[in-house]
Amino acid sequence: MFEDETVLAIGLLLPSILAVAVFVYGFIGWSIRVSLSKWKGLNPDYTWAGLQQYINLFNHDQRFIIDVRNTAMFTVGFIIGCLVLGLGLAILLDQRLKGEALFRAIYIFPMSISFIASGVVWGWLMNPATGDRITGLNLIFKSLGLDFLISTWHATPQPWGMAFTVIPAVWQLSGFTMALYLGGIRSISDDLREAARVDGASEFEIYRYIILPLLQPVTLSAVIILGHMSLKIFDLIVALGNKDIRLDVPGIYMWVTTFDGTNYAQGAAIGVLMLISVAILVVPYLVQNMRSENEL
Amino acid sequence: MKHRFWTKGILYLILIALAVFYLLPIYLMLLTGVKPFNEVDLKTMWALPLNGLHIENFIAGYKQLAPNLKNSFIMVIPEAILSSLLGSLNGYLLSKWKFKGANLVFTLILFGMFIPYQSILIPLVKFMQFLNLYGDIPGLILVHIIYGIPITTLIFRNYYATIGTEVLEAGRIDGASLMGLYRYIMFPLSAPSFAVVIIWQFTQAWNEFLFAVILTNQSHWPVTVALNNLAGSQLVQWNVLMAATLLAALPTLLVYIFLGRFFMRGLMAGALKG
Repeated sequence: MFEDETVLAIGLLLPSILAVAVFVYGFIGWSIRVSLSKWKGLNPDYTWAGLQQYINLFNHDQRFIIDVRNTAMFTVGFIIGCLVLGLGLAILLDQRLKGEALFRAIYIFPMSISFIASGVVWGWLMNPATGDRITGLNLIFKSLGLDFLISTWHATPQPWGMAFTVIPAVWQLSGFTMALYLGGIRSISDDLREAARVDGASEFEIYRYIILPLLQPVTLSAVIILGHMSLKIFDLIVALGNKDIRLDVPGIYMWVTTFDGTNYAQGAAIGVLMLISVAILVVPYLVQNMRSENEL
Repeated sequence: MKHRFWTKGILYLILIALAVFYLLPIYLMLLTGVKPFNEVDLKTMWALPLNGLHIENFIAGYKQLAPNLKNSFIMVIPEAILSSLLGSLNGYLLSKWKFKGANLVFTLILFGMFIPYQSILIPLVKFMQFLNLYGDIPGLILVHIIYGIPITTLIFRNYYATIGTEVLEAGRIDGASLMGLYRYIMFPLSAPSFAVVIIWQFTQAWNEFLFAVILTNQSHWPVTVALNNLAGSQLVQWNVLMAATLLAALPTLLVYIFLGRFFMRGLMAGALKG
């Protein structure tokens, strides 16, 4: 806008740019270098090992294969759960009922709680004990006569135990998804709905043929935000699983490998693979965003 | 009319049933937290307390977590203030002073928001050791501020983009400089974004676990790390643990209860959209 002060503007941006350049890009490069080395033990060892760490993970490491499967299962369940529940809540709240603000507040509040705290409580709610020691949600189901709902939850044998860790995650972030959708719905002009009503469309048809298609950009944003969270899920599983190997995910494996096992090269390789999985999801979205802005 | 009455009733039933699901964990924390230990039995975990409310669990929980709650506050307050100021300045410059390649710079910064921190953790630990900031709270504050740059910049940039350049041009004619325009025009208009960013950063830093567990030593643990350790130990009593969990969640819950509507407004206005 004002050419002469552009230099000053860039100068003021420089600390942030440098910080990100070092702490994000510099460190990513450094991690990649570590992942291509033989570094094992506390003293850095940058001896070149090529892709050996990656080959080990994919070819000889049962635990890593389980982690990949767990992450895939978690990601699918978490995204679908949040989108379906979030959209459902948004449509419910769009009916302009009394008390909307209160319900909205209740649905979104879990977002303010840490994954650690929610993991601790949900671990208790989803207590898998049976018989005399039955407790938690299972106890409620039993006393309501809903015995068929009694479950071993996240202690269910592989591979399905992981699927239950989705429940607390959806509890925490479906309200956030609702807020995104409700914002999207409310930004659609009322004239459009009125026009459809005049043309004889039912409320259901209005949602199905007018509102849902217009919400596609919101869904895309939500998938990107939720997807990157689930690919790097860590604290919730730590609190819920207590390093139980059946609920292992790459984030935990990286931590254990690096800081408990001091296998730095292997740990770096896991970190880099996590980054690649997120980049595949996020980079096309960011590039597309940047391009559409440049056209403006 | 009658038809509408029934639809409304069903809608309310669904809304209330869902509210029960969302409130259940909080109810359990409160319920268990006020029971004496001999009432905390598997069979009666959902029963109301028989012999009055026992606040001493909360006192015991507080005693366990007090140093860590203090650590968390020492970390979170400067972090939230500094990172929102930084984000506001960045957002202003990147939305109103677009230079060639500004969008590319912004996109490169934004990517930092999505990276799994495991992918930079080893260099980060080494670098913090090198800077002599490893183990203590100032180091953790610095790390939270730096990795907060992408999101705080994003939120402010989105918001400033909605403010027309006419205001700035008018200020320009009155002779304001780059920083003058920020100081006297943009900054006073920024309250809604500051609300969103401060709430967001406060919550993020308070709830953060990975950096905290790796970068701080035991005497500087924030509350998430201490709570996770408390939950993992065999000795802890459930009523005290539930009281402690609620205490650990309370600051962000209160922020949310009192300021949540500003946050909600920001979210619904697309504050987090890329």
